[in-house]
Amino acid sequence: MWEQIHSNQRRSAILVIGMGLLLLVLGYVLGLYFMGSTTGGMIIALAVWGIMSLVALFQGDNILLALSRAKKIERDDLPQLYNVVEEMKIAAGLEYMPDIYIIDDPAPNAFATGRNPRKAAVAVTSGLLQILNRDELQGVIGHEISHIKHRDVQLMVISGVLLGTIVLLSWAATRYLFFGALMGGGNRRSSASGGGGYIQIIVLAVGIILMILAPLMAQLLYFAVSRKREYLADASSALYTRYPEGLASALEKLAASKNQLKSANKATAPMFIINPLHKKGMSASNLTSTHPPLAERIRILRSMAGGASLSDYDGAYRQAHGGGKGVMPTSGLAAAPVSLRSATGEKEDNKLDRARQVSDVLWRINRYRTTTCDCGTRLRVPQNFADERIKCPHCGRVTKI
Amino acid sequence: MVAVYVIIGVVVVLGITFAVIYNGLVGRRNEVRNSWAQIDVQLKRRHDLIPNLVEAVKGYMKHERGTLEAVTRARNLAQQETSSGAGKRAQVEGELSSALSRLLAVAENYPDLKANQNFLALQEELTSTENKIGFSRQYYNDSVLRYNNQTQMFPSSIVAGMAHFQAGEFFEVSVAAEREAPKVSFS
Repeated sequence: MWEQIHSNQRRSAILVIGMGLLLLVLGYVLGLYFMGSTTGGMIIALAVWGIMSLVALFQGDNILLALSRAKKIERDDLPQLYNVVEEMKIAAGLEYMPDIYIIDDPAPNAFATGRNPRKAAVAVTSGLLQILNRDELQGVIGHEISHIKHRDVQLMVISGVLLGTIVLLSWAATRYLFFGALMGGGNRRSSASGGGGYIQIIVLAVGIILMILAPLMAQLLYFAVSRKREYLADASSALYTRYPEGLASALEKLAASKNQLKSANKATAPMFIINPLHKKGMSASNLTSTHPPLAERIRILRSMAGGASLSDYDGAYRQAHGGGKGVMPTSGLAAAPVSLRSATGEKEDNKLDRARQVSDVLWRINRYRTTTCDCGTRLRVPQNFADERIKCPHCGRVTKI
Repeated sequence: MVAVYVIIGVVVVLGITFAVIYNGLVGRRNEVRNSWAQIDVQLKRRHDLIPNLVEAVKGYMKHERGTLEAVTRARNLAQQETSSGAGKRAQVEGELSSALSRLLAVAENYPDLKANQNFLALQEELTSTENKIGFSRQYYNDSVLRYNNQTQMFPSSIVAGMAHFQAGEFFEVSVAAEREAPKVSFS
């Protein structure tokens, strides 16, 4: 566990420093072009870097949650979800209870974020809550809690914010440069020195290189959350729940879903438990570039027959890959054998109840008031509804709000 | 002169090694204590929930007096043992678990009860508390194992012996039915 945490901290530091160097180069070039002084550009770049890093370190998780349009819920909104998260928090031995957010989207997905174990959050979509039963939900939450426990979330937040900004910056810079070049730009300094045209070409070249680099930056993000982390999170989920079948069957349901998550983008995609950016109408299992293939993750979980420990997962992984090296950190392999448990088995399929509960919560967090008419129809009234009374569209009676 | 330096060097290295191992042991022991506190919180929570449950179902289950009394008795017994060691507590709490699961199994036969909102909320609370007891037990036993391994393995066993680190006690559930299915299942 500790080697994973150290590796994450090291990667975070490399990212922050690397970003600083890159911004310095950018500032040097842009300063040369626009201000005629390299120091000025570099000072601005340093300031941008400082602000970005501070934002990433202290507000990154909130930004990512806001970007995903996640809304915070309390214990009483969804007691079962809260309980499942608390169960996994206990199983993982986390010290602090993470906040719980839900995203109003039919595409089933989930992610974890946070800047440290004290301030972490788990977000799930309403679609996920509707299609999963308790055991499956537990598997998914176990996976997310493992990302918090191993501090993967911190690295994700930092890399997400830093790389997101630099991609944006270089995009803006190249656009500016292109338009400038097209309109015979560079007037500002063309008269100042004879070599103006020469420098302009260099700047343009740098701009183009940065533009090519931008997608590579996004790719870097995917390396930061390498597949190894996903495997470790799956293995830990099995260890916490003692029930790998729960996560396996949840992943199966997620893979079959054809909905696309509306609020996800390239910078936030690697956070999710399954890739949210599959093409509309195509199932999520087809896309494999950022996440390990779902079919393989399911197969590994299902072949953990002997027990729920990390070494059992490692064995199953090696079996799926025809021998060779495992994926678990060596420190996790020495633990004692861990036995599996059996399913809790929800007796009836209460999918409808779950759907109703989730929609109730969504109305509530969107600040709608609910009144029940005498005929049994539930009326949802937006907060800014001015009238005191409302006519029931079902039976025509007038009800006071 | 050289010999003196060598001796001082050896003593310093030994001292540092001792301190590192000692701190490691203290860390593990604190982990065991923290995880024990986790179990304790959940067990207390269950003790608090049971009177409410009994109160909620009493009106409906007139013919199940024996089952109800068994739960109350087991709960009172468990409450008397709250300051005992892990082994003894595991035993009485295990009995409470099985009495409770019998009660909740019988409750399945009362449709009126299953329509009662108060009962349903209590049921989710109780299921989850059972799960949390299970998960905190897992984590506690894992940390006891890690701590015990460290007190028994060379070279930390020497430090553990000198500083009187005692082996931790596992929280093992002795009732057969409980071990089979650690969770109460209903929905």
